[in-house]
Amino acid sequence: MSDISIKAENLSKQYRIGAKKQKDRTLREALTEGVSSSFRRRGKPAKTQGNKTTIMALDDVTFNINYGEAVGIVGRNGAGKTTLLKILSRITKPTSGRAVLYGRVGSLLEVGTGFHPELTGRENVYLNGAILGMHRQEIDTKFDEIVNFADLEKFLDTPVKRYSSGMYTRLAFAVAAHLDPEILLVDEVLAVGDLEFQKKCLGKMETVASEGRTVIFVSHNMPSTLRLCKRGIVLDQGQIKMDGPVTEAVSFYINSVLGGSGAREWSLEDAPGSSEVKLLSVSLINESGEQVSVINVEEVIRLKIGYYVNTPGMAFRCFVPFRTQGVTAFSATEPTEIVREETGVYYSILTIPANLLAEGDYIIGISIFSSRGGKVRYVLVPDAIGFEVMDPMRGSSARGDYGQKFDGVMRPKLEWDLVYSGQSHTNGTNL
Amino acid sequence: MNSIDHSNQKFPNSMLEKTEIVIEPRSRWFVLGLREVWAYRELLYFLVWRDIKVRYKQTVMGVAWAVLQPVMTMVIFSFIFGSLANLPSDGIPYPIFTYTALLPWQLFSQSLSQSTSSLVTSKNLITKIYFPRLVIPVASPLSSLVDFFISLVVLVGLMIFYKIELTPRIIYLPFMIAFAVLASLSVSLWLSSLNVRYRDIQHTIPFIIQFWQYATPIAYSISIIPEEWRMLYGLNPMVGVVEGFRWALLGKTVDLGFPFYLSILIVVILFIGGLISFKKMEDTFADII
Repeated sequence: MSDISIKAENLSKQYRIGAKKQKDRTLREALTEGVSSSFRRRGKPAKTQGNKTTIMALDDVTFNINYGEAVGIVGRNGAGKTTLLKILSRITKPTSGRAVLYGRVGSLLEVGTGFHPELTGRENVYLNGAILGMHRQEIDTKFDEIVNFADLEKFLDTPVKRYSSGMYTRLAFAVAAHLDPEILLVDEVLAVGDLEFQKKCLGKMETVASEGRTVIFVSHNMPSTLRLCKRGIVLDQGQIKMDGPVTEAVSFYINSVLGGSGAREWSLEDAPGSSEVKLLSVSLINESGEQVSVINVEEVIRLKIGYYVNTPGMAFRCFVPFRTQGVTAFSATEPTEIVREETGVYYSILTIPANLLAEGDYIIGISIFSSRGGKVRYVLVPDAIGFEVMDPMRGSSARGDYGQKFDGVMRPKLEWDLVYSGQSHTNGTNL
Repeated sequence: MNSIDHSNQKFPNSMLEKTEIVIEPRSRWFVLGLREVWAYRELLYFLVWRDIKVRYKQTVMGVAWAVLQPVMTMVIFSFIFGSLANLPSDGIPYPIFTYTALLPWQLFSQSLSQSTSSLVTSKNLITKIYFPRLVIPVASPLSSLVDFFISLVVLVGLMIFYKIELTPRIIYLPFMIAFAVLASLSVSLWLSSLNVRYRDIQHTIPFIIQFWQYATPIAYSISIIPEEWRMLYGLNPMVGVVEGFRWALLGKTVDLGFPFYLSILIVVILFIGGLISFKKMEDTFADII
């Protein structure tokens, strides 16, 4: 036997889109369609009919993962990451291709799957454990450990519907973390809970990975991917774009998948958004009016968000998080929900002052929503564009003439003063 | 070889043997995978346990509902069909005559109405976790069985009250119960898997159940059905179940005839067909649910 733990050969998954029929087909439709297609089928296959287009969620993906490897899968939304995990965890079948997994598989596509609100914490630990594939004995022996990890001893006999969402998540993750598979498939579960708990989870995952188990980790969180994995696979439009050491994979993802031209445009037909508001373009413009993807630290930059408003008189705001190194460096939003009186194309333009951002790769997300009378989200594109911030080292930035490692996600240019107070050792210098 | 020895030390107990999971597009070979269902029996146990635990949560009457439902129906039937319409009950006191039939009927109708939507309400599980999907519709008849046994206690009381003596036929009762569960299960398999694709099913369930109830000799005796129609009548598997219950418990009724055996055959066919169709549709559940 070899050391291979997961072997995927030419995995593909095709989904039908644009065919609403497929999704909520009613019996009547099926009957009428069945009757008409029984005539049609003799000639051409029925597939060519109407607006039934297909997309390849996963397109000819091949890789081998060795036993004990921790592999991070990165890619923007819809790149096929989740589809890959769903195939590997046997939730859905591939359209073609084959995969072999050697070992017991545990998959965590969501924490708290199967939790029942009416049941108590204790009861849910057992139920959830069984759903994740643990045996009863196994849960019995690990029960105290799980409860300790979640830190919920006092609430064990309370129905989980009375839990706060943080408690709920903690308990759910605690159960999942004590699953002991040889192959662990994890999807974004760390994006929950408070910071301290996230750290705890990450630590637990590190232990799992260092114990020589195989881990496949899908996340938007680049630092956790970097910390947890040695190898990275970049997926884009269902295909593997890059497979190599995780640091290279992450920078490849940020630069080539997200970055590109520092601008993105959509045609009205496939623009992300709702029927009321559609995102048309996102771009970065420098002082001379050029579109840029690499910006100078000392430059004023404008972020231009173009969108189409389909319903007149709508009030909403644009909200823009700037993410780097896996944290949100800052977010910006329009000060109020401005009413867009007319239908048509609008641009919201955000000015980013010079000497604000640190060097590195940033990802901008775009969210357009209204929170008056219940939150309504019109547009949500978490990885709209990426860009890189550079310091040309002219000595006039916040760095001065310092050329080495400079931590932080922000780099404001701040004032420094130097005061000489003579040769005596007395404290309390007056400015 | 080194690495294997190494791994064995780290994963004691159940993980000693290496499992190999092959993922392929829908296989051409038909595999029932019942062994896998067996491997997941603990999950089945927990799902049944959850259904039972949750069913009467936050109700004032609690488990009493399991008894009240058939008892109320019995009272209504006894009044309308027994007293007003004066339907014959084969010389058995009408309340006990109808209650004996209501027991398996409640099991059947309860599992039907629960299991039909069971896959759809377990959407979260199906799209996030792998397990043999079969355990979900199978859980409903099993959890209804608990209600069944609770209402069985009332039957014992009724039998004492009406001084009905048990006959040796009582030893067939476990078989009749199994028959009732199998009948519920076989119909549930069909309806639950079809409901994933056609949500119409869950809307028609109340009518199906109502119609089916009148097509089953619960409020009346099979003896009022003309001889020449009995065969057609036996196509309804619940006819066999209900007759079987009366036969095993009440003793006095007519011998089990052709309709009973026909019902058994129908249930077996429905069950095997249901399993096959369920397995065929199973692969697509996560995509279309």
